[in-house]
Parts: sequence; C-alpha cells; structure tokens
Amino acid sequence: MKTKNIIGFFFFFLLAGVTISSFGKEVEKKVEGEEEFNAGTFILEHVSDSHEWHILTKKNGESVAIYLPVILYSKEKGLDFFFSKKLAHGHTYKGYRLEEEGELQGKIVSINEEGQVDEENLPLDFSMTKTVLGMLFAAIIGLVLFLSLARSYSKAGISHPKGIRSFLEPIVLFVRDDIAIPNLGKDKYEKFMPYLLTVFFFILINNLMGLVPFPPPFGANVTGNIAVTMTLAVCTFLVIQFNGSKTYWKHIYATPGVPFWLSPIMIPVELIGMLAKPFALMVRLFANITGGHIIILSLVSLIFIFDSLVIAPVSILFVIFMDCLELLVAFLQAYVFTLLSALFIGLATEEHH
Amino acid sequence: MTGTLAAIGAALAVIGAGYGIGKIGAAAMEAIARQPEAATKIQTAMIISAALIEGVALFGVVVALIA
Repeated sequence: MKTKNIIGFFFFFLLAGVTISSFGKEVEKKVEGEEEFNAGTFILEHVSDSHEWHILTKKNGESVAIYLPVILYSKEKGLDFFFSKKLAHGHTYKGYRLEEEGELQGKIVSINEEGQVDEENLPLDFSMTKTVLGMLFAAIIGLVLFLSLARSYSKAGISHPKGIRSFLEPIVLFVRDDIAIPNLGKDKYEKFMPYLLTVFFFILINNLMGLVPFPPPFGANVTGNIAVTMTLAVCTFLVIQFNGSKTYWKHIYATPGVPFWLSPIMIPVELIGMLAKPFALMVRLFANITGGHIIILSLVSLIFIFDSLVIAPVSILFVIFMDCLELLVAFLQAYVFTLLSALFIGLATEEHH
Repeated sequence: MTGTLAAIGAALAVIGAGYGIGKIGAAAMEAIARQPEAATKIQTAMIISAALIEGVALFGVVVALIA
C-alpha cells in the first residue's frame, strides 16, 4: 500500500477512536453517578460555550476541568480578572455569580450588597471562554503553518515544493484560481486574496478542530457559535461596503430601468437584499457545523439512552460515517463561504456595464 | 406542543432540501453522462448548488431550534 493510503487510514481511525473513546470516558462517569443521563443537556453542554473547559466528571461527582480566566467590566466595580474556579458551583465571588438556572442562565450577574441579583445592568463579559481559547489556538496553528510556508519560499525560491509547501500550496492556488480569479477578475483579485485566504483557512481550521473532541485545545465548537459566524459575515459585509463601486451603489439606490415612483419600495428591498446575503452566510455556516456536532453527539448518546452495549456497534458505525460526512462538510463550508464572499465582492466591484 | 411542532417544521424543511438536492444530483448525473469531459466542472457546480440549498434548509432547522 502506498504511504498516502496508510496515513489516510491512520488518521481516519485516529479520528474515529478518539471521538468515541473520549465520549465514552466522559459519559460513563456521569452515568455511574446518581443522576440519570439527560441527552438534551449533554448535547447542549458540548455545543455551547462555557467559562471552563470540562474534561472529566469523576465518580463522586467532582469534575476535572480547566478553569478559564474571567474578565468582567461593570460600571460600579470596574475591571475584574479572576479564574472561573471561584465561580464554580454557584459561588459568589467579588460580587459576581454565574447563574445556573432561570432566564439569565449561563451569564454572569452582579450581586449588590443585599444579595439581590442586579438584573438591569449585567456586567460586560470579556472573558476568555472555551470558544475564545479554541479560536486563539486555531490562530496559532494558522500562524505557524503560514509563517513556515512563507519562510520556506524565501529560502528555497520557486522550486519543487517539499514538506509543508506541498500540502498548503495546492490549497492556496485553489483559492486563487478557482475562487478569486473567476469572481474578481484577473486585475483585481490580488487586493482581496489576503482576506479570502484568511477566511478560508480560519473556517477550515476551526471546523476541523471542532471535530476532534480530545485533548483540550481541540473540541471547542468555534464555528458553531453564531457570534463567531456573525463576525465573519460582518467582515465580509464591511469589505463589500468599503469596496463597492459607483455602479454597485447606483444599483441599490436607483436601479436602472425602474421608474422613480417605485423607488420607495425598491430601496428598502435592495437594502434588505444587501443585508440578507451576509446573513445567509452566517446562518449557513453556523447551522451546518452545529447541526453536524449535534448529530454526532445524539448518535453517541443513543448508547447511553438505551443503556445497553448491543447498540454500541451500530451507533459507532453511524458515528464514523457521520464523522466522514462532517469532514466533507468542514471543507465544503469553508469553500462555500469563501466562494460566496468572493462572488459578492466581485459583484460589488464591477466597474463596467 | 411547541417542541413537536418545531420538529415537524424542521422535518418539512429537510424534505424540501432532500427533494431539491436530489433533483440537482439527477441533473448532474445526466449531464455527466452526456459529456464525460465536463465531469469536474459539473461536479463543482453540483456541490455548490447542494451547499446553497442545504443552507436554506438549515435556516428552517435553526428556526425550529429556536422555537
């Protein structure tokens, strides 16, 4: 067998084995405690953000977790920085408490002197949560990859690619030749290449990291967080707005061929259309990635709902299949986001008619 | 009740997506059968259309999740 195939199979089984073993380890310990297994909370805990990075729950109910820093800013108390261990299990620290139930669940609220929750002014939460840490780690991976790529170019010049270049160069060329040039034109694509490459690799690395659940810096559901995808969509939106040509703005405010008395209808419609495109980008990425994670988590929780080992082989086979599908979706969503961004930017920067 | 209705809504969205992507796949297969040289281009276009339609279906799922 060729080396490529062996490496491919190795990663496939690594992914499968790591996924299943880590879920098994964690959920098994929870089941041996007093509480029953609740699939809904299990899934929601894994998909949403949190102030600590939960690794295990031991048999006696204690949890092993990495407690992440909490950075809060409130008007009365100013800037506060401490580790979330102080807020674990509903303790109050420095007048702040992590709400565990009720409509403010999951948020940090400030408690005034009488012990009442101050519901009007929630402190501004700039904490380094699980998602932020995962994003920073992905950024570090990206920096390491691309800086070494750039260095290998400056050392070796244009030559036969070896090592990291042979892995990244085809992808970068793919983004340039199949996404940037067809949509932006041969003369204008260079200006937008940095943005498109950043978006593509950011989404790709975060998607892939979200699929590997263990060890800690992996397994953070970054692109499945709607705030993250909203930021990406807003970035695309800003790039479109700041680079829109006159033709683009004319199309929105005075679409050619439309009589002037229809403008009160046309302008809002065009504005909504302008906003709907980044909105679609945001929801598409978020729903695809989060949906994938939820499916895999549900299939694994099947074992614990039925509480028998018989269902395990069926469930694990399904999970492996869904994991491969998720790999495809990871690449595909990065590609589609970048492609549509390039398409919209190209539409906005068209000069002629 | 809201939960059940939300699930039914999500299922309807998925039916629409499945039908749409099925039609794209069928058209793509036919086109590849007619002209095998253009297979890669057709495949790329098919994947893009599938992703876009799936995006629309996932709007429906997200609304169902919120409910």
